[in-house]
Amino acid sequence: MLNINNLHASIDNKEILKGLNLEVKAGEVHAIMGPNGSGKSTLANVLSGRDGYEVTRGEVRYMDKDLLQLAPEERAREGIFLAFQYPVEIPGVNNVYLLKAALNAVRVHRGEPEMDAVDFLKLVRERIKVVNMSEELLNRSVNEGFSGGEKKRNEIFQMTLLEPKLAILDETDSGLDIDALKVVAEGVNRLRDPDRSIIMITHYQRLLDYIKPDHVHVLSRGRIIKSGGPELALELEEKGYDWVNAEADAA
Amino acid sequence: MSDVLSHYLQEHERRYPEGTGDRLGELRQSALQEFRNLGFPTRRQENWKYTDVRKLCKHEFRINDDVVDLPAGRIESLPIARPDCHELVFVNGRYSPAHSRADKLAAGIIVTDLAAALNQQPELVSDHIARYSDTASSGFTALNTAFLQQGSVISLAAGAVLDKPVHLIHINTQQQQPYSGQLRNLILLGDNSEGTVIESYFGLDDAVYFTNSVCEIRLDPGSRLQHYRIQQESSNSFHLGHTTVRLQKDSRYESSVVSLGAELSRTDLNCRLEQSGAVCVLNGLYMVNGQQHTDHHIRVDHTVEATTSTQNYRGILDEQGRAVFNGKVVVHKGADKTDARQSNANLLLSDKAEVDTKPELEIYADDVKCSHGATVGQLDKNMLFYLRSRGIDEHTARSLLTFAFAGEIIRNIHMASIRERLEQLVLGRLPDAETIREFTHE
Repeated sequence: MLNINNLHASIDNKEILKGLNLEVKAGEVHAIMGPNGSGKSTLANVLSGRDGYEVTRGEVRYMDKDLLQLAPEERAREGIFLAFQYPVEIPGVNNVYLLKAALNAVRVHRGEPEMDAVDFLKLVRERIKVVNMSEELLNRSVNEGFSGGEKKRNEIFQMTLLEPKLAILDETDSGLDIDALKVVAEGVNRLRDPDRSIIMITHYQRLLDYIKPDHVHVLSRGRIIKSGGPELALELEEKGYDWVNAEADAA
Repeated sequence: MSDVLSHYLQEHERRYPEGTGDRLGELRQSALQEFRNLGFPTRRQENWKYTDVRKLCKHEFRINDDVVDLPAGRIESLPIARPDCHELVFVNGRYSPAHSRADKLAAGIIVTDLAAALNQQPELVSDHIARYSDTASSGFTALNTAFLQQGSVISLAAGAVLDKPVHLIHINTQQQQPYSGQLRNLILLGDNSEGTVIESYFGLDDAVYFTNSVCEIRLDPGSRLQHYRIQQESSNSFHLGHTTVRLQKDSRYESSVVSLGAELSRTDLNCRLEQSGAVCVLNGLYMVNGQQHTDHHIRVDHTVEATTSTQNYRGILDEQGRAVFNGKVVVHKGADKTDARQSNANLLLSDKAEVDTKPELEIYADDVKCSHGATVGQLDKNMLFYLRSRGIDEHTARSLLTFAFAGEIIRNIHMASIRERLEQLVLGRLPDAETIREFTHE
């Protein structure tokens, strides 16, 4: 599904990712953990194609395509979904129309017919229940006036509707209370599928209590310095990040 | 004397060879004298610092007095919002009875063209005309008064309510000789009366002309006026519009100004809140591209206690378009409890576009609430990326955000038919209009 090979990326001429390697197979859920400033969000931004990042070395293959050559909208149509750490408010752009356009962009790209309004609304009503989000929010402008929790739910709602092949969750758990966290986790768990991969980027182990990853990686100073199973997350929670850093320095 | 001044003096001589005559004749004569003294404004005047009218002065516009009838169905085919209204139609600056239809009006309501009012209600006109708008404020206003003949009179007696809006439709076609329409509107609302007036200005193709329109509005206590001003003049035309509003106790004036057309346009709106409880709400949207230049000058005078004004203007500038915004609020001595808010936001879509925006507050009272703000910016990068990350291509995302920016003004327009037409007009100026239309309408 996704193969990242020796990825180096900079912003404002400052190198953030310094030779990152990662392989994600179809159906797998990966957690990428790391302290602040380790390059977690840079990885999410480079994968989704945000401007301002320069890839200086390495490559990213997604479904046998050179991902870095694709525009952000092409990546989305190819099935990549980024759940934003800070979803932006867009006054004047209607939430539900954006969703319909997003869904139909993917469908047209796949050579499928556009979904009509009736079927679309049926689907919306069905999926919005999953994230326990008020239908009233649908007809508002995108994220405008939403609380922090509502914004995150909206991201997960979009994800459940768009059914991406590769979902990247950038610190989706930050700023959520425990109830919202459970809702978000349920939304993600429902999407688990042998054909779908999920990358969760997070600072805390907390989210992993509800979404059990297949693999856990520690990102530090722009590289993955340790990988393991779910038990690694628990070990990190107990011992902190200094422990892996020290181990990496020693190696 | 410059050639352009003597041209208009000759035009005046041609139109009014009889000299002064009655009171109206005197008014025209003294305004002509005023125009001779003032001439056209230059950039040395603070109010005209960013707007150069020399190009307008190069033409010898003939003051139009020919009645032009349009072929049947022509008006219907134009992209003008036409809700069910009493319609007064002006073609090339002259009233066209054939195209107009003022349906039966309730007692106490007068809706008529100015020339007819001068014949039938001369006192009504002479009691009010040129009393609210200052002839000396600029050469354009003086010029307009000097040729006072064409325009409209709308008068509502105390308690009268217009059953439907009055629509003043101005259509300009190409003529062999460039021409000018000098239009004068008088809108008088008696105590507690209520109505809606729409002014539409539309130019066909590349017609070359000069619209000079002056509108005087007086709102008596408790009256309410909704006023729309939609300017879609031709791309080779010049549009000057000057509106003065006098507001008395507890009266309310709501204005929506939309400026899309003309090579050069200048719109002045002066509101004077003269008695307590008066409220004015001023919204505006301007869009320029190519080499268009548009200038909006607003002045609000809070002269007594407890009056309220809000200004919310937005501009979208593309290519080499230029815009000027000047919003001035004066809170006079003793005008405590004034609430004045002002905002002007501009979106620059090209690095060659230019905007000069200047909010001005002059406060001579202590207990007031005033705010003002002006912004000039580009499309938000984070919003663009968010939309693209959801599969929306960059062009569409740009148009969508531009439309959303304009939508902040359009959505405040009460009349649904006008609002929808404006949405269409704004969309029509954007690339990917079809895709966005899909987006905004189901």
